[in-house]
Amino acid sequence: MKAVVLVFPGSNCDRDMAVALKAVGADVTMVWHKDSALPDGVDLVAVPGGFSFGDYLRCGAIAAQSPISRELKAHVDRGGYALGVCNGFQVLTETGILPGALVQNASTKFICKTSTLRVETSNSDFTARYNAGAEIDIPIAHHEGNYRVDDAGLAKLHGEERVAFRYTDTPNGALDDIAGILSENRRVLGMMPHPERAADVALGLTDGSPLFQSLAEALVAA
Amino acid sequence: MRAVVTVNLKTGVLDPQGEAIKSALGSMGFAGVEGVRQGKVIELDLAEGTTEAQVTEMCEKLLANTVIESYRVEMGA
Repeated sequence: MKAVVLVFPGSNCDRDMAVALKAVGADVTMVWHKDSALPDGVDLVAVPGGFSFGDYLRCGAIAAQSPISRELKAHVDRGGYALGVCNGFQVLTETGILPGALVQNASTKFICKTSTLRVETSNSDFTARYNAGAEIDIPIAHHEGNYRVDDAGLAKLHGEERVAFRYTDTPNGALDDIAGILSENRRVLGMMPHPERAADVALGLTDGSPLFQSLAEALVAA
Repeated sequence: MRAVVTVNLKTGVLDPQGEAIKSALGSMGFAGVEGVRQGKVIELDLAEGTTEAQVTEMCEKLLANTVIESYRVEMGA
């Protein structure tokens, strides 16, 4: 698997993401947001967590206009894989790659804790190594993780089984307990919880590892 | 010339900050505050000849996220 991790000013989970990808054998390149091209033959573009551009205007809004975000869109349009975590999920919605938006947590508080998620589908190259219905512990750390989408958008997500993860006890007010969603072609996953923070025994949590293993298995031949 | 763009969450989108402000006003003793919505105001200094259509395009592409927000453009002198 050839992976790229995008780096914006204010990204702070970029290296964690790289470590998690390398742990499953990925060849990882860090790409600065001002770059106007992705390396040739990239399978996966990871958009990491953090506070790109200080969360100015709206979380992810400025990053979505960075030169590399055009390349990200082109990569996805070609059928390439993308994973957006936390601020990365916000960037994916701001670019229009994934539907909906992430607004402030209902409590108005920044929430940093381990959340329990239910895996809603194993039918994706991100979740193939999980059993649907399994409950996994993945940390969250965000202030704007409250997923919103209009009724038609929600019906579409349900109808196409594109909700990948739901919170078992929603911490942020997210509509329908949604923690992560897939694109129409199931090759883009956006999620607020941080699987890269739960992918190493030394970190105490490993429930994120199957996500990266699933990707590695799917993309080994790609 | 100047333009003022006002961005607000759409009706029906939960506004936790507005709710917090409403609750604070209530606890301060201000009765009768039935709703608070917090938005933002963006003031643009523009070169002469910039059109409202151009400002609207700025709103659509960056200043507002039309999935959750509505906006209003006021072109000034």
